[in-house]
This record gives sequence, C-alpha cells and structure tokens, in this order.
Amino acid sequence: MFGVAKQLRKAGILGMNERNADYIMRYNPRRLYPLVDDKALTKKIALAAGMAVPDLYGIIDNQGDVKRFGDIVADYDSFVVKPAQGSGGDGIVVVTGRSSRKRDTFRLASGVLVSEDEIRYHISNIVGGQYSLSGNLDKALIEYCVQFDPVFSEVSYQGVPDVRVIVYRGYPAMAMVRLPTRASDGKANLHQGAVGAGIDLGTGVTLSGVLDSHIVEDHPDTGALITGLEIPQWDFILEQSARGYEVTGLGYLGVDIVIDRELGPLILEMNARPGLAIQIANQSGLATRVERIDEIHDPSLGPAERTAIARKEFGH
Amino acid sequence: MKQRYVYVLAAILTVIGLSIFAYKWRVLGFPIVEDEETQVWTIESAIKFDSGPGSIKVKLNIPTLTPGFRTHNENSVSRGYGFSLNYPSGGREAQWAIRRADGPQTIYYRISVYEDDTAELSDTTPPFPPPPVIEEPLKTAVDVVVSDVREHSADTASFTTELLHYMNDPSPGPNVELLMSEVESPSDFVQTVTTMLAAARIPARMIRGFRLEGRQRSAQVVPWLEVHDGDRWRYFNPATGEENIPDKFLIWWRGSEPLVSVEGGSNVEFHFAVQEYHLDAVAIAERQARQQDSNLVDFSLYSLPIQTQAVYGVLLMIPIGALVMVLMRNFVGVHAFGTFMPVLIALAFRETKLLWGVVLFTLLVTLGLSIRFLLERLRLLLVPRLSAVLIVVVLLMLLISLVSHQLGMETGLSVALFPMVIIAMTIERMSVIWEERGAVDAMHAGFGSLAIAVFAFIAMGQRWLEHLIFTFPELLLVILAITLLAGRYTGYRLFELSRFKELAQK
Repeated sequence: MFGVAKQLRKAGILGMNERNADYIMRYNPRRLYPLVDDKALTKKIALAAGMAVPDLYGIIDNQGDVKRFGDIVADYDSFVVKPAQGSGGDGIVVVTGRSSRKRDTFRLASGVLVSEDEIRYHISNIVGGQYSLSGNLDKALIEYCVQFDPVFSEVSYQGVPDVRVIVYRGYPAMAMVRLPTRASDGKANLHQGAVGAGIDLGTGVTLSGVLDSHIVEDHPDTGALITGLEIPQWDFILEQSARGYEVTGLGYLGVDIVIDRELGPLILEMNARPGLAIQIANQSGLATRVERIDEIHDPSLGPAERTAIARKEFGH
Repeated sequence: MKQRYVYVLAAILTVIGLSIFAYKWRVLGFPIVEDEETQVWTIESAIKFDSGPGSIKVKLNIPTLTPGFRTHNENSVSRGYGFSLNYPSGGREAQWAIRRADGPQTIYYRISVYEDDTAELSDTTPPFPPPPVIEEPLKTAVDVVVSDVREHSADTASFTTELLHYMNDPSPGPNVELLMSEVESPSDFVQTVTTMLAAARIPARMIRGFRLEGRQRSAQVVPWLEVHDGDRWRYFNPATGEENIPDKFLIWWRGSEPLVSVEGGSNVEFHFAVQEYHLDAVAIAERQARQQDSNLVDFSLYSLPIQTQAVYGVLLMIPIGALVMVLMRNFVGVHAFGTFMPVLIALAFRETKLLWGVVLFTLLVTLGLSIRFLLERLRLLLVPRLSAVLIVVVLLMLLISLVSHQLGMETGLSVALFPMVIIAMTIERMSVIWEERGAVDAMHAGFGSLAIAVFAFIAMGQRWLEHLIFTFPELLLVILAITLLAGRYTGYRLFELSRFKELAQK
C-alpha cells in the first residue's frame, strides 16, 4: 500500500488533499470563487476581456419569469439550458431541434422529445436551486448550442465534446479533451462516464484516453480511434485558457473550451476546483508540472509568452 | 509557513489538553476508567455520659495528619452543644460545651476517609526533646539502659529497635524490670519508651489508632510508636521492635493525652464504629479538588444537573464522530452525502442499536426514494417538493413503527429517533444524483454515508471513550489538534491509490 503511494509520489501524481491544501487554498482566494461559480458572471468578465463565449439568449432568475422561456427561444431551434451555479455538468439540457410537427416540442441531444412544459419545470428546478453548489436560488442560462467541429464527430456520442485546460499561475499545465459517450448521456463529464483523452501540450495531438480510470485507445460507442486527433487552433485555445488567469485571478484554474465549427474555440466555463482525472488521461502527474511552473514562474510575462513556454516545457 | 502555524497550534492545544488531563488524573485522582470505585470508611465515635449538675465540656482528639488516608468529609452531631475546634500541639481537638444538660448525653463525631498513597505525612521536624525530668532510682535505670542500647546501635532506627528489644525481653534485667514495674497497659509501655527515647534526645511520640477492616462495631485502639530520625517520622511496632505500621492503620491522635475528656459528666463511655462502603471515584476526586481550592472542578461536567449531564454525554461524542468522518473522507476517500449527515445518523444508531439502525435507515431511505421518484412526475417546485419528501418521511416512520409494533418487534419503534430532516435531505440529494449521474453514483454515496455512520457509531459507542471524554473534556482539545493536523494532510487518500493505480505501474 505504501509502496503504491511512493510510486505515485515519484510519478508526480497530485492527490485530492494536496490539490486542496497546497494549490486551491493557496492560489484561489475564496472571494474570487463567485466569478467562476456563477456562469453568467464568468461569461460577462470573459466577454469584457475580449474572449469568445457562446452567445447568451436569455437569463431566467425567478419563478415568475419561467413562462418567458417560450419567448426567449422563439427564434432558435437549438439551444442549451444550464444552471448558472451548477457543477460537473449537472442540470444541463441540450436542445438540438424542434419537432417538425409541433413547434413547442423539443428534441434533446439524446433524441428524446420533450414538451415545453417539461423544460419549464426543469428551469423552475434550476431557479429553485436544485443544482446550485450552495443550494441557494439560482439562475437558468439559455445560450447558443455549440455546433462542434467535425474533428470530433467520430469520437463523440451525442452531446458536445470540450477541451479542459488546467492553468496554473497563468501557465497551461495539462489538457485533455472530454468526449461524451452513451453512458455519460451526452455529457462531457468523466464522472458520468465520458471518455477523457490527454493532449500533448506541444502539438495539440491527443494521447490515449481514459474511461472510468482505465486507459482506452478507442471510443466505447463509435469504436473510432481516440489517439492521434489533432485539435484545431491549439495555440489559440491555450492562449485563451492562459488568459483565464488574468480574467479571474485564480491561480489553479480549469478552463473548459468548446470548438464551434464556425465560431472556433469558445470559453464555456471556468472551474476553481478542476478534477484530477486529467492525470490519468495524460498518464502524467500534475505535481511534477506545477512544481516546474513554480520554478520558471515569471509574473511579467503575458498569456502568449506563457503559452509558448508551457508548450515547450510540457510538449512530448 | 501556514504549515508551521498549524503544527504550533496543534502542539499548543495538545499540551494544554494533556496537561489538564494529567493534572486531573494524577493529582486530583479523577478515574480514567469508568465505574472505578474507592473504598471509603466512615468512623463514628460516640461519647456517652451522664450529665452532671453544672456546665459540661467535652474534648475529643480527632485525626489530623493521617498518612495513607485522606479525609472525605467529617461532621459532628450533638444536641444543643457549642462546637469548636482547637489545635493543641501536634493534633486537633474537637470541643463541645453546654451550660446545662439533663440526663444521659451522646455526642457523635463522624469522619469518612479513603486510602490515598500520596497523602504523605507533611509534619514539621520536631525540636530535640528536653531531657526528661526523672526521679531516682528510675533515672539511673534509664541512663544505664540508654547507654547499653546506644552501644548496640548505629542510628536512630536501630537504637529504637534495640531499645524495644531490651524492654520486651521476656527475662529482663533489673533495670528494665524496674522501669516496667509501673507499666500497666500497652499505652503506658509506649509512653515509657517515649520518655526513654527523650532521654536519648530522640524525638518520639505515641500515636494511637486502629486498623480499618470491614465493619467493626467497636474498633480496638492500638498504641504505636513514632520516632523522628531527623529526616522523617518512622513507625515502630512497640511489641516487636520492628519498623512498620499495620496495613490500613488510621492514626487517630498523637501524644499521651487521653482520647476523651469530659468535664462535668460521669460514666463516660466511648467507642469507635467503623463502616466500610464504596463511593464513585469521581465524587471523591471532586471533593479533593474542592479541598485543594482547584478551580478546575468548578468546570467539571459532573457539577451540572443530571439531565444536562446526559445531554452532554451524547454531545461530547460528536467530535469523535467528526474525527471518524475526517479520517474516512480525507484519508480513506469515502464519498458521502452532506458533511455531517453520517454523524447524525450515527447518533440515531445509539438509540436503535446497530443492526436495527442499519435496517431501518436502509428501509426508510429506500421507501423514501421510491416515493420521491413518484413525486418527480408531479413536477413540484423545489421547496414544496422537499417539504413533501419530509412529510412522507414522517409518515413512513409512523408506518414502520406501527407495523413493527403489530409484528411484536418493539425495536422498530425506535425509528422515531432518526433525524427526519436529515433523512429527507438525504433522500432528495440521492434522488438528484440518481437522476443526474445514475444509480451507481447514488448508491456509492449512499453506502458511503452508511459506512461512515457505522464506523462513527462504533467509535462513539465506546463506553471507556465516552467516560474519558466526559470526565476529561479537555481531551477534546487534543481531538481538535488532530483535526487541525488532518486539515493539512496532503498525502494520497486510500482510494486514490487504486484510482491512480495505472499511473503507478508505469
């Protein structure tokens, strides 16, 4: 048992306790949490900093406004409903279209048809705080549904794949792409059964994947090879992520980016407590990398320079 | 940097907690094991006499310095008498006085003592006694015996032993025979020896007391010899010359004065009655702390009303449950609902007992969950839905109680002790996780909570631990210190070892 711990330590694997005590508590002051815990706020500050985000259609922040839902989405066939303060992808509903016969019946990413009533009930639950981290009242965001880049079409089952970049003190430290599966119900969340694939920071090419803490080479549903995919606009993605440090002030940050086929990389959300499964996807330890960043850290550098250094340091 | 503060703080807390604990345990004698009882003897001395025509004054020598024993309490019962305590040289004297009394009188003095090896004789070193004034021909006899004995001895102790051998010789020489001629009782004998020791300039005195053993209707007072060797008092058996003191020998008074003196009364009768019983060690320790003017005891939980004590007996175990929680979550990595939900469930287990607790909890959550899934279809708003779940939980508890009562399983009644709000929240959160992340995650967290609750219950149910924390609440500071240290534990969790297993093999 202690042997395993020793091996992990040697491999530079970051544990939950160490992440919380040594990095999150040290570099993520609590007062900055609302910036990333409230997705409406994140969107606002990201926009102000000139970063690309999915278009916001509307916000519903009280039960009385739930009936406005129909008006908000009147002009759109596809959209996403998500709680502003949700975590881990909980409470997100992806609507990909409307029924051809009835306009107030929506088709979800899974193909299931739901009525406007059901979505309103879901929104009312969101507003009531069912998905919020603190259990407080919440807001429901209704925003643009990303049309993901064809590079991922072979390796995702429904849903929208996204790229997660861990940014430590402004330097991209590790990245992975999260691919929805049938088991994850179209959600790009590793806890729920999505496949994660590590990305070589230097080249933007995917490494092997991880499913339920096990290493896999191909997608469980489509069977397509996960390794060797080249993420488009890789340098731009890393630079946008690195800029998340300036925008939020958080020293240990997870930036989630989706790649739209027309709009390019869009910042979806940021996370002050990004998970550790990314280490399995990359088969590499985060501790080694953050320690290296501590060594080379230079506060005078901008996002682009930091990205260049990180690509050089952590490329394979 | 922060790390060091935590270590320092934890060290300070531990030192404070452990020193108060050690003081209460070692010095005040609080028991670390439950139901520790201390033998207590109550000695009742009754003075009976017929009153004379005038005023009456009764004096009784009472214990003062009692090596090996501590006083638990003492009191006197006398009708209409004025009571006062005097401190003549080397002792304590109780005095009762009354101007007029009719008929037979009885005065009681009662003292309770218990054994304590640390009760040392803290007596002052006496001055060298002046040479006794002895008339001839006794003086010559004393001088001869003393110089004889001195030749056969090296120090005070051996002198005393030798002297006692001399005096106890079955075929005594003429000098000893002369000295023994006026000895009529063991007390006289000890008194004579004391005088002879004084002639040799050795401080000595007679002590009188009795052995405490079981119930004695009338304890026999035995004289003993106490000799000071310049350093401390030593005890000698006057009959054998051996240096010892009988086991459980309570020294009642010192010196040659009579035990009781009654002025203005006649037909004085006196006897000691000894009774033995057992007292809770905690009560004795508290008594002792009060006598030593220790403020600590004012903060003892035993000074609270009994009912409040019962509440705190439970409350003080919650930190133990919290510690188990910390260990299970941060060191093992078990998932659970809510931070303290398992601890509260464990508290409920105290009443239901473990097996029934687990059965009832599982039953309640399972039934609640199935009804919660039905409620999901009604599309209720969040707060009304939570309230509905709560009401359902209450109804289910009622149902379980009624059914189990009908089936003759009275244990089922204890379901009422479950914290229903906590159960309702658990059901709600479990159902949300079930919907969002699937049954596996929900079961995972559900069983994780139950496992922590079971471990917390086992830890909180340790009787010795409960007694320890209740008697020494300062130990909570130590638990706080452990928790602080755990808060800075940055090593892997046990479950992470298997989670990252594939990375370790590389």
